[in-house]
Amino acid sequence: MAKDVLVLAEVYRDALADVTWELLAAGRTIASATGGQVLALVLGPNGAAHAPALGAADRIMVVDDPRLADYAPGPYVAALQEVTAAEQPRAVLLGATSIGWDVAPLLAARINAPLVTGCKEIQPEGEALRVATSFCGGKMMAEVRVDGAPAICMVLPGSFRPADAAGQAKIEPRKLPSPLEPGAVRFDGWVLPEAGDVDITQQDVLVSVGRGIQQKDNLELAENLAGALGGAVCASRPVIDQGWLPATRQVGKSGMTVKPKFYLALGISGAPEHQEGMKGADLIIAVNTDPQAPIFDIAHYGAEVDVLDLLPALTEAIEAKRG
Amino acid sequence: MNIAVVVRQVPDLIEPLEIAPSGTEFDFGSASFLLNESDDHALEQALLLKEAHGGHVTVVALDFGDVDNTLYTAAAKGADRIVKIARDDAPPPPRAAAVLYAEAIKPIAPELVLVGVQAHDELDGGVAPFLAAALGMPYVGVIRGVAVGAEPGAVAAFKEFPGAVMARMNVKLPAVLGILGADQPPRYVPVSRIRGAMKTTQFEESAAAAVSSEPLTAIARLYPPAAGSRAEMLSGSETEIASRIVDILAQKGLVK
Repeated sequence: MAKDVLVLAEVYRDALADVTWELLAAGRTIASATGGQVLALVLGPNGAAHAPALGAADRIMVVDDPRLADYAPGPYVAALQEVTAAEQPRAVLLGATSIGWDVAPLLAARINAPLVTGCKEIQPEGEALRVATSFCGGKMMAEVRVDGAPAICMVLPGSFRPADAAGQAKIEPRKLPSPLEPGAVRFDGWVLPEAGDVDITQQDVLVSVGRGIQQKDNLELAENLAGALGGAVCASRPVIDQGWLPATRQVGKSGMTVKPKFYLALGISGAPEHQEGMKGADLIIAVNTDPQAPIFDIAHYGAEVDVLDLLPALTEAIEAKRG
Repeated sequence: MNIAVVVRQVPDLIEPLEIAPSGTEFDFGSASFLLNESDDHALEQALLLKEAHGGHVTVVALDFGDVDNTLYTAAAKGADRIVKIARDDAPPPPRAAAVLYAEAIKPIAPELVLVGVQAHDELDGGVAPFLAAALGMPYVGVIRGVAVGAEPGAVAAFKEFPGAVMARMNVKLPAVLGILGADQPPRYVPVSRIRGAMKTTQFEESAAAAVSSEPLTAIARLYPPAAGSRAEMLSGSETEIASRIVDILAQKGLVK
């Protein structure tokens, strides 16, 4: 039975993705039980430059190919497939990232391998893996048994304590048996956010609104409160999808990661993708009418009331305090 | 452009999810269903492309939950054809569902297939990439916006990355895109138009293809997440809660 664990050390704009060190930790948990090794795989011409940060791996493989210079699904999946076929790992671990959401299912489809998303815990159980996975917006968990290998697991960032140990692993350049094809999807360049908006990553106080704000006109209530607190308004994805605030105000996996002194979550359920971007705040107060909302699991204080009722009262109370 | 859109029903998370006595599946008896949010964006993106460049939008769905209402709404918004895949059971997992959608989509011969990148009740990846594999088409997902590119036979798809950064991806057609968000929010359609669509829209029924039912993973149990360090709940009237929050902020020096 396969013993090793292959970790895709994803590079995004010349930096390793933060989830990489969590994947290495998860990989170590599995490999310790199977007696195998943790293999880190870096794709891209500058892959070797990232090797020193991957000391927690037993082996570091780098596929240096110009087709991997920027992300495109075809060459990425082809390279990962080649290495997977050569190494025959027990599991392949990827982050639940923009790239992971492409590559993991495409690889699973190509090699007919089992795939589990939203992984928060992974434990070997005999020759199988037992995976605890979060879904339904963080409101439900499933324990999934995976017998086949390689098990392809997409790990939710924030689920494992990062492994950043220094190690002795040498870089192994990997040559693929044939040159990578460009594929039908080609990277054409980055589109960066327009400058000029508030930088929510630099704010001490954030008033964050979600679906509970109900309509765009109600944003004014949040703006008033943010003004009274000397902070800024930000939002979860549904508000951005409605076009009520620019993408630069989005907090979460696909938005900004913020660590303010105070984060007020208003009408935000707290799906894992949102928590990923704000759980590092010093003080979190959550307001939601749903007592089961996952946001209450990470908030320090909570209130089960309608945000539209609380907002004017809170603004008034802040202003009264400030005189 | 000939575009196919897949739309799915998902349980409404406003209601608590009930676990069946088996412990390994949901009891949907009392659940209500709604259109998967990212599929709503996929439909909107298809309609925007059609309006800007001409073409034809076909919506494909499995017969489940409140799908008829969803499909009539899609027709009222501007979908040209509706294909409903007949099936008695709840939708299978994404990989098997993708085969059902693929068989219904192949006769349409679309240049572009748009699917929501994720549904909240999926455990083993999204339908969209598995559908691409079943159709033999290229795939890229987490897309927020699609434009007809400068290159003939291709579109520009904007793939979302952290920090409000997008990657502009050139996608040769035919292809499947996993949509996270459309260029504009999904349009509102008045109830009167939906009622009108109910009178004039004919669903095309598609027989469900045979699907290999050998799952590669097995759910051992479903369970609600363990409460971690739950928040200290503040109670009372809105005024009392506001006052308590001000006290907390004052103690931490955040309000003076």
